[in-house]
Amino acid sequence: MTALLDIRDLHIALPEGSQRPYAVEAADLQLAPNEILCVVGESGSGKSLTARAVMGLLPKPHVRIAQGSVDFLGEDLTSASDARLRQIRGSEISMIFQEPMTALNPVMTIGNQIDEVFRFHAKMPGSERRERAVALLADVHLPDPAQIVRAYPHELSGGQRQRAMIAMALALDPKILIADEPTTALDVTTQAQILKLIKEMQAAHNTGVLFITHDFGVVADIADRVAVMQNGLVVETGPADQVLKAPQHPYTKSLMAAVPSLTPRPARQRSDETVLQIKDLNKTYRSGGGFFGLGGKARNVKAASEVTLDLRRGETLGIVGESGSGKSTVARCIVRLNDADSGEILLDGVDLRPLGRAAMRPYRAKIQMVFQDPYASLNPRTRVGKVIAQGPMIQGMGAAEAEAKARELLGIVGLDERAFDRFPHEFSGGQRQRIGVARALALEPEVLVADEPVSALDVSIQDQILKLLDEIRERMNLSMVFITHDLRVAAQVCDRLAVMRYGEVVEEGPTAAVFADPQDDYTKALLDAVPGKSWLPGETVAAQ
Amino acid sequence: MASFWKLYRRNYSAVLGLVILALVIVVAFAAPLMYPDDPFRLAGKSMSPPGEAGFLLGSDSLGRDVAAGIAHGAKTSLLIGLLATLVAVVAGVFMGALAGYYGGWVDDLLMRTTEMFQTIPSFIFAILLVAIMKPSIESIVIAIAVVSWPAVARLVRGEFLSLKNREFVQAGHTLGMSDARIILAEILPNCLSPIIVIGSLMVATAILIESGLAFLGLGDPNIMSWGFQIGAGRTLLRSAWWVCTFPGIAILITVLAINLVGEGLNDALNPRLRERS
Amino acid sequence: MDHFTKRFRYVLKRLLQAIPIVLAIIVVNFFLLQLAEGDAVDVLAGEAGSATPEYMAELRAKFGLDKPLPVQLFLYLKNVASFDLGYSFRHEMPVLDLVLDRFFATLLLMVSTILLAVGFGILLGLVAATGLNTWRDSAISIFALITYATPLFWVGLMLIVVFALNLRWFPTSGMENIAAFHEGWDRVVDIAHHLVLPTITLSLFYLALYTRLMRASMLEQSGQDYVTTARAKGLTERRIVFVHVLRNALLPVVTMAGVQVGALIGGSVIVESVFAWPGLGMLAFEALFARDLNLLLGIFLLSALLVVAVNLVVDIIYSVLDPRIEVS
Repeated sequence: MTALLDIRDLHIALPEGSQRPYAVEAADLQLAPNEILCVVGESGSGKSLTARAVMGLLPKPHVRIAQGSVDFLGEDLTSASDARLRQIRGSEISMIFQEPMTALNPVMTIGNQIDEVFRFHAKMPGSERRERAVALLADVHLPDPAQIVRAYPHELSGGQRQRAMIAMALALDPKILIADEPTTALDVTTQAQILKLIKEMQAAHNTGVLFITHDFGVVADIADRVAVMQNGLVVETGPADQVLKAPQHPYTKSLMAAVPSLTPRPARQRSDETVLQIKDLNKTYRSGGGFFGLGGKARNVKAASEVTLDLRRGETLGIVGESGSGKSTVARCIVRLNDADSGEILLDGVDLRPLGRAAMRPYRAKIQMVFQDPYASLNPRTRVGKVIAQGPMIQGMGAAEAEAKARELLGIVGLDERAFDRFPHEFSGGQRQRIGVARALALEPEVLVADEPVSALDVSIQDQILKLLDEIRERMNLSMVFITHDLRVAAQVCDRLAVMRYGEVVEEGPTAAVFADPQDDYTKALLDAVPGKSWLPGETVAAQ
Repeated sequence: MASFWKLYRRNYSAVLGLVILALVIVVAFAAPLMYPDDPFRLAGKSMSPPGEAGFLLGSDSLGRDVAAGIAHGAKTSLLIGLLATLVAVVAGVFMGALAGYYGGWVDDLLMRTTEMFQTIPSFIFAILLVAIMKPSIESIVIAIAVVSWPAVARLVRGEFLSLKNREFVQAGHTLGMSDARIILAEILPNCLSPIIVIGSLMVATAILIESGLAFLGLGDPNIMSWGFQIGAGRTLLRSAWWVCTFPGIAILITVLAINLVGEGLNDALNPRLRERS
Repeated sequence: MDHFTKRFRYVLKRLLQAIPIVLAIIVVNFFLLQLAEGDAVDVLAGEAGSATPEYMAELRAKFGLDKPLPVQLFLYLKNVASFDLGYSFRHEMPVLDLVLDRFFATLLLMVSTILLAVGFGILLGLVAATGLNTWRDSAISIFALITYATPLFWVGLMLIVVFALNLRWFPTSGMENIAAFHEGWDRVVDIAHHLVLPTITLSLFYLALYTRLMRASMLEQSGQDYVTTARAKGLTERRIVFVHVLRNALLPVVTMAGVQVGALIGGSVIVESVFAWPGLGMLAFEALFARDLNLLLGIFLLSALLVVAVNLVVDIIYSVLDPRIEVS
């Protein structure tokens, strides 16, 4: 069988003065008809640029193809004229993107954006184009396609927008669909639906799909073949089964080893002493309304509704849920970044909720937080040493003592002591997250609230930070509230789990029990939607 | 600082602006030495064209030296531009920081106020203020500041609104920092760049407003200014073009230089924007 | 709710929001009166004391100057609400009549200026952005940079020197040649002829502003994801620029045009006084010299109302351009 797409010796040059001369070096990739090829890699691996190079969509003029060929059915696209490339794009090869909100023109209706594809590539009357657009939207299972044709992107949900993007991409039955992390911005249940849709459409149209992703779970669910990229090099290619079950390259092995297993780790000894108790916590966000009702409908979002949880000393309680479930709101109410409307937050028996600023200050030290985004959580204008020493000094510690403590903590979180005098921008994401952990630990808290602490990190870095948190928890006998959307992470970190949806805790119990025998339908759906659930990365690597 | 200069230097027009601005400042300081006499004084034959009767740039209908007026006017323009900007920036930062940080009614009040200021024709408002307070350096500075601060307040409010939800600020809350410390030590240093940029551009606008006021006869009657020179020379357009022309060029060059510096600062302080174009 | 209803509600909401702003402006007006030397009646009657003592007494009673400040404010609001802006002794006419008399001339100048500045600003910005870093871009950028730094009144004077005094292409001042007694179409042509230089003068600064804004906005929008999507669909660059980027790039320019209307009217004071254009600005200049503060305040109030009205038009245009209005 001849390849649909044959990429040979592809070199993509970066502008002068970049960290490396080539974003992609000597890449060889082949895509056959009716096949899904997953290109996997961490950030900076060059996987997205490879996809764009196929489409001739590299950010001109700084990034360009320096060498190699991209053959589409025997025609070299690197030397094709602009006019020929335009002909191919959208009709023979089309593309979907990570962020469907920004990838759609905000001031144009969905119908018009689909219509453009027909207008540019096929001669047909307006009425037929409209009919085809409606039919396409029905094909991707959008409800009420006749209505959605007239809608603007902001009127759809994230999943619906991605469906509309897919409809647009498949409008002319292209031979190749390039999907650049199409589910990364979506919730896990929506992700599962979109993956299913892509697979369904691919099978129905015999499309070859070049699927870019960072997630091995997604690969396990969707790939026929896999190519693994590291720093611009394709280090391993092969059939999905083979790569997933018996990876050859050490990098592939290490990547897979870093993917947390879905099998919960054995439960640890549980203390009976309750450190933190949350009783009937309520929080409602209000927006809109006012101005004689002209500000749009007043919207009340119940972010937390009668949330009751308790945390034992030394245990890690996971709060899992999708976006909008209220998990972060609960975390922020606990550390008093948000004020709950009602309920109790009992720390060692003292209700923190009604405390004013001054009264709260001594308790601040006992509950600390680790944040999600390592790039936003450190003040760019404050030296690392001060970032860490600040907390103890606010609580009344002398400068010299606080400084000594900061230096000691840098060692504990695995950073060089020289980091003390440097600024946050000099560090990588993982290192910054370590600084964030050190800042929280400097106050010797009893409870650590971690809000998605690894979701902004690459999987290998994620693994390191999770190990660090684990280590520290043991060492300092910390109790931890761990917020995450990732059930794999939750399985490896949490002793107990609380599942939240629409502000309510729908299920709570020991992690192993929740995974083995979920009671609530939503929990079942969540577990069901985890990508690559039948694939066991830890065991794969361990077996070798 | 060194790296800032390196970034700034890359923009040639910004360096040119800085050089011109430096020259204008030198002229402003050297004016009393170059032309020690009162620029309002009759200095020689009236209506002399440039280069004649000892006048470099000619003289006006009352025999006043245009060049002397420009040299002394430089001080006026820069002084009023800087003072008015300083007042506007301090007031704007104060209001914007409080509104952005605390939100609620403080914010509502500020937003309605700035909306009102956007609706009021600001130059007419400035005219009214100066007319009511009687023209003087103080009243001109106050009038310009009053019509200028809302722009700063809006900018600072926007920065505070976005920064106060950044995680490093929230980390400050969880450490138990006071509001004052969070505002002054955590947030404010991170929005200095746009404040510096808007401030530098505002000096240019202030000079334009001042010259407009002086042109309409609302300048401080005891101080020479470029706008006053042009206003006084407008009746001589037919017979003595130089009286209006040269002070106008002085304004143009100074304002242009300040704008170039402001853009250079913007590029150097916000490297992300520069890469885009 | 369909898109039209949303648009309608948005514009209605903006209209309602303008009410407190207008009220606030009237209050500011009142306090400016308080700020002036002497009591309000001295100001109202003109500082030169040309009013009769009887009228002064009558005015004092009318404004309740013996009453506490809030009552005075209330009375002032009541007068304004009944369109009573006082009397100008300089012109021996009610302020309202004077102001309305000059209103048309300013409106004409404003509309022609906005059209010229916004229209050409968008065009030049578009040309500069599509030819990024070519001579077109450089020439337009330098032009914008210079006009952005030039004082209005000086541009006006220089245009008069060149185009009116030396070339004699346009008249130096006024709105029409009254001595010629033009009627009908001839009069329109005559007014248009007089309108050219003032319009160019007033629009240059804003032209520069919108050009720079449009260029920056186009560049920002061309880097957005939806542009990549449009390329991936195989659209021509032409269609991407004119259909996708242009409409998005217009949004900040339209917003800015609304914001700048106030400043534009302010600038008309200078331009009208340079060209003796018989509008509100010219009247303001005359009032300034006559120290007719009451008239100045009347002009101030009416010009603010004009800004509110123009802003409403801008809001309607914006609501047509941006379907997301009800979100923000």
